[in-house]
Amino acid sequence: MAEKILMKGNEAIAISAIRNGVDGYFGYPITPQSEVMETLMKERPWLTTGMVVLQAESETSSINMIYGGACCGKKVMTSSSSPGVSLMCEGISYMAGAELPCVVVDVMRGGPGLGTIQPSQSDYNMIVKGSGHGDFHNIVIAPASAQDMYDFVDWGFELAFRYRNPVVILADGIIGQMMEKVEMHEQKPRRTAEEILRDAPWATTGKPASRPRNIITSLSLDSDIQEVFNRKLAVKYAEIEANEVKYTEYLTDDAEYLFVAFGCSSRICEAAVDELREAGIRAGMLRPVTLYPYPFARIEELAGKMKSIMSVELNLGQMVDDVRLAVKGTCPVGFYGRQGGNIFTPEEITDAFKKFNNLK
Amino acid sequence: MKEEIIIAGFGGQGVLSLGKVLAYSAIMQDMEVTWMPSYGPEMRGGTANVCVILSDKKIGSPIVTKYDTAIILNQQSMDKFEKTVKPGGLLLYDPSGITRHPERKDVTVAQINAIDIAANVGNSKVYNMAVLGAFLKLRPVVEMENVRKGLAKCIPARYSDLIALNEKAIEEGTDSVLVIDEK
Repeated sequence: MAEKILMKGNEAIAISAIRNGVDGYFGYPITPQSEVMETLMKERPWLTTGMVVLQAESETSSINMIYGGACCGKKVMTSSSSPGVSLMCEGISYMAGAELPCVVVDVMRGGPGLGTIQPSQSDYNMIVKGSGHGDFHNIVIAPASAQDMYDFVDWGFELAFRYRNPVVILADGIIGQMMEKVEMHEQKPRRTAEEILRDAPWATTGKPASRPRNIITSLSLDSDIQEVFNRKLAVKYAEIEANEVKYTEYLTDDAEYLFVAFGCSSRICEAAVDELREAGIRAGMLRPVTLYPYPFARIEELAGKMKSIMSVELNLGQMVDDVRLAVKGTCPVGFYGRQGGNIFTPEEITDAFKKFNNLK
Repeated sequence: MKEEIIIAGFGGQGVLSLGKVLAYSAIMQDMEVTWMPSYGPEMRGGTANVCVILSDKKIGSPIVTKYDTAIILNQQSMDKFEKTVKPGGLLLYDPSGITRHPERKDVTVAQINAIDIAANVGNSKVYNMAVLGAFLKLRPVVEMENVRKGLAKCIPARYSDLIALNEKAIEEGTDSVLVIDEK
């Protein structure tokens, strides 16, 4: 039987990293995700799996340590919270430009600036739309439970290596700090040198006579070469958009009204849907699990059947732009949010919903 | 079955640990749980609270505003959470930290003098387990056998000699809870 442990989402990230045979974690402490590195330091995986855990001197440093680790074909990751992730954006862009796999965990807190340390979803635009300069996408996955935090580490690395692209696990202070039951699998071994050669033939593992040099860089001084590369990325992103969209639905079959919410907001929204159902209002919810690629097609399809759609987020309205893009004007789109680290209650959501839809 | 509980008091009273033992006990009974702390720039002596939800089914929102039970261990928490207990719910409090006793007439009100129990047992750190015992007497949501298992999961191996002491505090709390007004 799988082991069931009560743990925080942040702890689940750390334990999952060890159990999935991650080669290295580099990070710098920041609330509300400090338990990730605390747990790794407590578990001391360097004595068991050989995983490297290192506290860097800053977030700029930790993302560049990951850049180095990924160049060697290693499974490397970092975690931080909003202000720290801002500092990592340059590195993430470089890794996207060098087509390197990595997993970055952002446990979002209130912003802008240093903001607050309470939960927020205000990094949606930063992470989903770019997180750095240049023409690229992160693959973005949004956990909504401690179990998701555990499971998404493995899924994140699978996507990162399949597409040679940075993956961001976009979590929030609630999912990081909340304890829930987590089912864990057996320890998986770290990849051997031979397996790295097999899975990451592009890695700089030492040049044998049998192949040309592997060069990893994001610098190209020739516009034509750069454009060819950009178009190659576009093909990759089209493939990601075609194959990797993931979402869950709650009571959408007979729904007349739809909520769209991700991460912790989807949990609270689910309770709001239950309240509205009790009052005889046929509400449902779609939770995008991947934020890039985004479930545009499914939302468009549902929009045709809805009286209205409301995006519920812990920010001033960021994902709602993508909801509008998906809906294409077929039904009214509303927004409800709280900011600054405050969290809405299911009642606040139902009140905002009724107001938006002129319902009693 | 679903029980939504707020546990609130001073940092250092073991509020978060109380919630953790309760949550782990429920996992031992194969229930679903969420444990959501207030977190912030808090410190010993400041207020601390945790919302624990136990359920037979998958739990949606870990954030609620009305509770089946409020376990209140200081005056600030009484001021904040007395009004959040659902009618017919349970308000369990430690009278030693209280200057204004609860006024609600539509909920079950009960007292636990956990400081005395902790003193009797001989370790002030088991204060929170006496409170847990009192809660379980009034709301037997988890079987005692599973509470013992949950407790063992929460105490690090190097402190395993303290398990018996904690169990004793739970028992004493169960025996000592005083129902003031039953609804």
